[in-house]
Amino acid sequence: MVNIAFFVFAAILLASAVRVITAKNPVHSVLFLILAFFSAAALFVLIGAEFVAMILVIVYVGAVAVLFLFVVMMLDINFQELRQGFLRYLPVGLVVGGILAVELGFLAATQLIGPVEAAGGPTAIPPASELTNTQAIGHILYTDYVYAFQASGLILLVAMIGAIVLTLRSRKGVRRQQIGQQLDRKRDQVVAVRKVPTRGGV
Amino acid sequence: MLEVGLSHYLILSAVLFTIGVFGIFLNRKNVIIILMSVEMILLAVNINLVSFSVYLNDLVGQIFTMFILTVAAAEAAIGLAILVVYFRNRGTIAVEDINMMKG
Repeated sequence: MVNIAFFVFAAILLASAVRVITAKNPVHSVLFLILAFFSAAALFVLIGAEFVAMILVIVYVGAVAVLFLFVVMMLDINFQELRQGFLRYLPVGLVVGGILAVELGFLAATQLIGPVEAAGGPTAIPPASELTNTQAIGHILYTDYVYAFQASGLILLVAMIGAIVLTLRSRKGVRRQQIGQQLDRKRDQVVAVRKVPTRGGV
Repeated sequence: MLEVGLSHYLILSAVLFTIGVFGIFLNRKNVIIILMSVEMILLAVNINLVSFSVYLNDLVGQIFTMFILTVAAAEAAIGLAILVVYFRNRGTIAVEDINMMKG
């Protein structure tokens, strides 16, 4: 049963990955990318890495893919124009991809990765009856890898600030409320008390 | 019935990686698809890490998967922000003209 599920999800993953790079409409590409991420998450569940699978769904499908979808729909691009070199680059891509596939195939065929021995030690995966996957990851992530964890938080902060700084723009010709200037005004700068002579006018 | 083992996962991730690299060459003009291909390459790496983590009985692989995920999310955000700014200035996202960003 698990074997059949593996092959089904792997087939869906590869098929949708092919559609991502060949779809005419980039919106379809993004949707197939979401399908690929879902299938990968299912594969992770099959292999017993539930936490990573859920993170994959939340982060990739919930954030990254939606970001792609926003950008694809927001930019008004003539995508037909961008596809012009499609067939011209096909041979080069086939050659490079073919070489890469053959190399990786050699690695798989040489059986370098024979029967593996369980590592054991403090980072071994505990049996599921004892500790869930999420708890086990938490035990390691917040102790041994706490500095790397903080550093990844810092990376996200830098990415957030960078994205905001890049896309923020101040348009010319738009009058905005400037609260600092408003609060800085003193009474004698803006109000003048004049003694107006009778029948003389200002 | 064929028993699914480590090598099946490795072959799957190798094929996915190759598809991602192939996608970069196929869509030379469309930066958005290139970014998606990079995401697929990182997904292939994640599959590798998780399968080795499970078959070697070591949780550290899954922890590093999460770090890769973090970096991938940051990369996508920054890349798309650059893309939006570039489109605002040029009106197109053709990759050939991007070298005019050099000062």
